[in-house]
Amino acid sequence: MANPVIEALGLRKSFHGRPALDGLDLHVSAGSIFGFLGRNGAGKTTTIKLLMGLLKSDSGSVRIFGQPIDTSRKAIEIRRRIGFVTEDKELYPYMTVEQLVRFTRPFFPTWRDDLERRYRQMFDLPPHRKIPDLSKGMRSKLMLLLAISHGAELLILDEPTDGLDPVAIEEILRELVALAAQEGATIFFSSHQLAEVEQIADRVTIIDRGRPIVDGLLDDLKARYQRLHIVLQEELRDPVQWLDGAVHIRQEGRTVSILASRNATALMEQALSLPGSRVELCPVTLKEIFLAHVRGN
Amino acid sequence: MLLRLNPSSGIPLYLQLIEQVKHAIEMGALRPGEQLPAIRKIAEDLVMNPNTVARAYRELEQAGIVEIKHGTGAFVSQSATGPTKILRRAQAVAQTAIERLASLGLTEEEIRRLVENELALLRVAKVKEPAHG
Repeated sequence: MANPVIEALGLRKSFHGRPALDGLDLHVSAGSIFGFLGRNGAGKTTTIKLLMGLLKSDSGSVRIFGQPIDTSRKAIEIRRRIGFVTEDKELYPYMTVEQLVRFTRPFFPTWRDDLERRYRQMFDLPPHRKIPDLSKGMRSKLMLLLAISHGAELLILDEPTDGLDPVAIEEILRELVALAAQEGATIFFSSHQLAEVEQIADRVTIIDRGRPIVDGLLDDLKARYQRLHIVLQEELRDPVQWLDGAVHIRQEGRTVSILASRNATALMEQALSLPGSRVELCPVTLKEIFLAHVRGN
Repeated sequence: MLLRLNPSSGIPLYLQLIEQVKHAIEMGALRPGEQLPAIRKIAEDLVMNPNTVARAYRELEQAGIVEIKHGTGAFVSQSATGPTKILRRAQAVAQTAIERLASLGLTEEEIRRLVENELALLRVAKVKEPAHG
């Protein structure tokens, strides 16, 4: 992969003997919008903290812009090129919106006044309100404003649209897309809103219990995953040995529903070879892929 | 000009966009030689990934429907209206097929499902299986 902005290999991290991450690889290329998905407790926030350098992995490596994340001088320079939005949207509790923006600005020589003005107007944040008095959604917006305005080439966002209404969410998505398109920014974000990931991500990784279970270009996943809906003339007496690729099989009387992660054509032929069967192929949403892989494994 | 795509439909977005552009050309909303909107603009207007838009443009170029002039943009190719002759033939084929299916007693919904099935098989056949599965 040319220009990997984030390159993580074999990340492992345990807390009190319990593994939170059990071997994660990440390859995020420049200009990509990368969706990072998983249930609560799957290891998303741990991963993001590792990427931010707030935690050190037990094994494995992380490189951002080709440099390892550690406490060296190079690492500090790299952090300047990254904008973060954390899960709890924590900000200094004793400042107002205005004060926090003015406080943050001088840390970043690449601060973009134009972006700051644009987002202050768009997000309509009350400048003299204290941070703890802001709603969750407003804190998300403020954190995003700070992350974007300092001219970051890479945004690492943990649930950036948490607490926002649909209009605000759409605004944020459009701005993220504009940043990728106009500024060539790379965006790595975790989200529970699968629809929004489906809308703007070009690549996704789904993790479950600390391990990656789905990874690839969203377009390719959409093409590879198919649902086979099979209606038989009689209920199957002997169980069928379905070919490779059948991820989730549900049989109810004379109907069988198969979610295939690949090999759909071969599975279709296999289904058609069953006596008196009728088979339909249906496209699959990201939600279905997610649920099939993480529910009750 | 272009309609919002449906990210949850299960059909890859770049394919939906390709169809939209082809449809716009067939309907005359885009004419031969006319410039398509910049990738950036489409990405922002439709709120979709610019890489996805770029992929759709590349495939339209490979199919000869669009010409990409570096530094200037993407233009509908002169030969892009060729399809109207093919379209007229295709429409005749579709009309005959649907009349025959209807005379067999199939409902509109049944016919639609039959067609969707065949299209899905076509789509699946085009997908390159990844090396590592």
